[in-house]
Amino acid sequence: MNELSLYILDIMENSVHADAKTAELIIDEAIQKNLLTIDILDDGRGMDKDILKRVYNPFYTTRTTRKVGLGIPLFKEQCELCGGDLVIESTVGKGTHLVGTMKLDSVDLLPMGNIVDTILTLAMNEMNVDIKYTHIRDGKRFIFDTREIKKVLNNVPINTPDVVIWMKEYIIEGLNNIN
Amino acid sequence: MKSLEELAKIREKAAKEMNIRNETHGYRIVVGMATCGITAGARPVLNTLVEEVQKRNLTDVKVTQVGCMGECALEPIVEVYSPDGARTTYCLVHPEEAKRIIEEHIIGGKIIEEFTMEYYHRKQAK
Repeated sequence: MNELSLYILDIMENSVHADAKTAELIIDEAIQKNLLTIDILDDGRGMDKDILKRVYNPFYTTRTTRKVGLGIPLFKEQCELCGGDLVIESTVGKGTHLVGTMKLDSVDLLPMGNIVDTILTLAMNEMNVDIKYTHIRDGKRFIFDTREIKKVLNNVPINTPDVVIWMKEYIIEGLNNIN
Repeated sequence: MKSLEELAKIREKAAKEMNIRNETHGYRIVVGMATCGITAGARPVLNTLVEEVQKRNLTDVKVTQVGCMGECALEPIVEVYSPDGARTTYCLVHPEEAKRIIEEHIIGGKIIEEFTMEYYHRKQAK
């Protein structure tokens, strides 16, 4: 994977499939501090200490279709390569919180890539999990929250193509405003 | 500026279309979106499918996601469920193939043989 936004999508798919009501992403680009922080929170089923110890191991997965789980080990490797780390906290029945950090001036830092498509893919999830996305760039912030969108949509599904295209333009515009 | 009023208008239009159509009569397109799919390029495939459906105003076509389908080496995988319930599994799908699936299979009603997983396995067996 050559975009951070793909790692984020991969990690957040876990939240979407963990019986969460809401999955939240906060990307903080603190240029002054030379620090990129990627915060991922959900209120899903969480993991106990045993599982938590094993999630960093690529040969651990809960899925039954194959035997390898690469999402978290790949993301952790990426953070460490860029002078940061990945910390995971989780409580059974309450949720999971991942914080990945990277130095912005690291030569190994991958480009963010298409974060808009990542958010759209998550927003269209089949489990009806709400997605909140906050992007902070040197203190300026943009917030996208599917709960706000669904309030307007009423009974119209959020994955209706016309709605997806509107959300796409909305996010692009919001991100341009904090540039 | 994109506004929520604009979204409300989209809602009105979509709600009308929902009343007219019968959901069970349309095609359903499913994209695998686990680590294997994402790594192989499933995200642009999903977004291309949604964009094509919107552009062509195919109001009875649903595009959805699913996890790992167990054939990780052949991702991105796209499944098409036709209105009569028949399933076609396409493998190694990228945005160009996705566009052709919309054009030839969804609109044209013709399965693209050479993109199917069945065809791939048959070719490998030879």
